Amino acid sequence: MPVSLTNSGVVYDALKKCGIGLVSALPETWLVHLIRMAEDDPKMILVRLAKEEEGVGISAGAHFAGVKSAMLMQNHGFLASINGIVSFAQLYRIPLLMLISYRGHFGERDPWQTQGGGVTEPLLRALGIPYSFLDDPAKVEKRIAEAQTWAYASLHPAALLLTRELMWEEPA
Amino acid sequence: MQRLDCLRAIYDQLENCLVVTIMGAVACELQSLGHKPNFFYLQHAMGLGSSTGLGLALCLPEQKVVVFDGDGSILMNLGGYTTLARYQPRNLVHVVFDNESLLSVGGFPTATSTGSDLEGVARASGIARTKTVSTIEEFKHVFDDALKANDLTSIVAKVEAVGPKGYVTELALLENRFQFKRYIEKLTANAHRGDAESRRES
Repeated sequence: MPVSLTNSGVVYDALKKCGIGLVSALPETWLVHLIRMAEDDPKMILVRLAKEEEGVGISAGAHFAGVKSAMLMQNHGFLASINGIVSFAQLYRIPLLMLISYRGHFGERDPWQTQGGGVTEPLLRALGIPYSFLDDPAKVEKRIAEAQTWAYASLHPAALLLTRELMWEEPA
Repeated sequence: MQRLDCLRAIYDQLENCLVVTIMGAVACELQSLGHKPNFFYLQHAMGLGSSTGLGLALCLPEQKVVVFDGDGSILMNLGGYTTLARYQPRNLVHVVFDNESLLSVGGFPTATSTGSDLEGVARASGIARTKTVSTIEEFKHVFDDALKANDLTSIVAKVEAVGPKGYVTELALLENRFQFKRYIEKLTANAHRGDAESRRES
């Protein structure tokens, strides 16, 4: 599977440097290495979900408990979480850090991903959730740290889009 | 059995627990008995009460966590039962007040009114300690046991579909949220390092 092990490691190390102590996740192809890294890390609480929206509640509980967290999900998981994001994370000012694999954008070969790819950024903008791209391994650490800093300063969700460029090693 | 009487019967035992309720009648009735800084009322996001309790319970394993859920809410997140079962937080007591109704929006019947059995769902999800109760004495007994058991418990309390006249209380949502987090910060003095919100609140 051409999911980049090296760049998954770059992302995981960046999360650790930000003090992330809990990760909620629902597996998808691009996230397999990241989830395995969380599972193999005895200092990380990994919560495997049935549906991504649960992760909003779990992250809010972690925030109340003083533990920094991140949600790992596909963009369709983000779509499935929107009620929780609006009626919990935004309503109650939770600094939710979301790492969203940006499936269905240019280069996508799976037809079933293409519709979600087209609505991901418009929805983030409609919800007023700032986002940036994880596309260059050299900038991953800085972008995750900056997103987290902003989320805590504003007490608001922030998103990072994991791009094909970073996560997939096969030429398009 | 009425929900308010259930809450009254166990109110004193909530003193040392972190308590999460769902929106509507449960939040209102618990506040009517007396709000405490260790109570958090999730006044929307139906279905995520149990998930919030799970996040708290996993991050604070020494702390007892109680979630007051409802049939309408848990039916929106039945997968949440499987996540609770998967991680089996020993410090979590999950109570579903099942009035077989979406009371706050006019009393429309939920699927538990036509036979869907939440205790059965909980058990089949992998939560071994689960029980349906329909009298105050039974509820108090099972809840007391659950607090002492040090094992994940899900209680389904069958209650009448009656509630307060209104659902908006004087406690602002954000006031409740910040107070609840500050309460936990005091409990766990060194669990937050470099957290901007903690610095601001301290």
